[in-house]
Amino acid sequence: MRNVITIAWRDIRSMFTSPIAYVVLTGFELLAGWFFFNLLSQFNRIVAVYSGLPGYDTTWVNLNDAVMSPLLQNLSVVLLIVIPMLTMRSFAEERSSGTFELLLTSPLKISEMVIGKFLAGLAILVLMIGLTAVFPLILLMFGNPEAGLILSGYIGLFGMAVAFVAVGNFTSAMTSNQIIAAVSALVISLILFVINWPADGAGETLKGVLLYLSVTEHFRVMARGVIDTKDIVYFISLTTAFLFLTHRAVESARWKS
Amino acid sequence: MIEVKQLTKTYGSFTAVDAISFSVEPGQACGFLGPNGAGKTTTMRIVTGYMPATMGTVTVDSFDIFEDSFEVRRRVGYLPEHPPLYDEMTVRSYLDHVAALKGLPRRTIAEARDREIDNCGLDKVADRLCGHLSKGYRQRVGLAQALIHQPSVLVLDEPTIGLDPAQIHQIRDLIRRIAKERTVVLSTHILPEVSQICEKVVIINEGRVTLEATVADLTRQSSLEEEYLRQVGGEVSAPPAKEPPADA
Repeated sequence: MRNVITIAWRDIRSMFTSPIAYVVLTGFELLAGWFFFNLLSQFNRIVAVYSGLPGYDTTWVNLNDAVMSPLLQNLSVVLLIVIPMLTMRSFAEERSSGTFELLLTSPLKISEMVIGKFLAGLAILVLMIGLTAVFPLILLMFGNPEAGLILSGYIGLFGMAVAFVAVGNFTSAMTSNQIIAAVSALVISLILFVINWPADGAGETLKGVLLYLSVTEHFRVMARGVIDTKDIVYFISLTTAFLFLTHRAVESARWKS
Repeated sequence: MIEVKQLTKTYGSFTAVDAISFSVEPGQACGFLGPNGAGKTTTMRIVTGYMPATMGTVTVDSFDIFEDSFEVRRRVGYLPEHPPLYDEMTVRSYLDHVAALKGLPRRTIAEARDREIDNCGLDKVADRLCGHLSKGYRQRVGLAQALIHQPSVLVLDEPTIGLDPAQIHQIRDLIRRIAKERTVVLSTHILPEVSQICEKVVIINEGRVTLEATVADLTRQSSLEEEYLRQVGGEVSAPPAKEPPADA
């Protein structure tokens, strides 16, 4: 456990002593703010228009459906792109700079290294996503959205992002080139993101498989307010699978070097 | 002490190290010589536990490198060819990090770090970033890193390569000082370095040990340089032929 913390802490510190953390956090919050501002102005326009129509049912215009749900979906796309750039360094940089030799000649298990690097990724993720909580808080202060729905949406977003971090760690462990790591992580994550597209035209079995594999499907269920064990299990098993692959990749790098 | 027996490392059809055997007694400093691509770095990487061997055994202080890898790693300090520094860390925090990685108890880390800063002459640069250091200082931080857990065995891969004459002199003095109470394996191309620091020489060429002798025995009849050139098949007064790098 101590080794895990040592590894994680160094990675976290290195993100904050270099401009990486500040650029990523600023960029992410800036985009999130832009999305929120526009979704909210649009919501206000809709409310203004429909409240002028007497007898019109306006219950479908609510902050959850019109602001929070699209906001989280937009953020999921941004995370899809940003996370590979955050995780590309994790192993690739150690391999290219020679510090991999230090790690592998220290009394340290590969699993400790993998979990440490993963936790460092999670830490910055918690910060990124956590800071966007200011937007639902504004809604809760001045409106009456359903808090439970927002929370389950956030859990879905986080689950998806955590799986992307594991994907990024894996591709980074496969190569000493950070660009290759980032691009492959983006491709794998994006495939998981859109794998459900052919589902509508597919047969029953294939459709079920495609829908189950898709991160977007599970995220959508949670954004609708349903916290199902099935979806939680999905995100946990996806993450575990990629962390396992990361472990294998580090192990094999050691044999081949 | 280090005992290498029938150590072999192959990459596909390429044999980097071919059944080499040698031993280094406790407290002895052993110069590890050979042309580029002879298998020096590969051997050192196996001895330090960085990578597994294809065949053969290595024991360090009677612990097997494969069976008791962690015991070996706790006893070995390793300075790779490129010092494994994190450029965005200060020297002080880097050494603290390495100390934690090596498993030093938390309360002894500061003490160990200060000891090595003092030992390796790093007081002036302790708060500078590793990425801003000169090559000589990087090498010294690399040595401090290898010594921080007070290993009984020290493995140094070309510690003076690319340094200016003054830096070479300083690093060599430092190595001679720390070699006194430790078993040392020192790989180098610089022959005077071996005669100054080491008691023993192992020459390898094309993955095989061609000579294992004490420096005293060797220099009785001829100079180290003549013997080296005879072993690696070079001609006297001609530089050894360039071969592919060890990490190919």
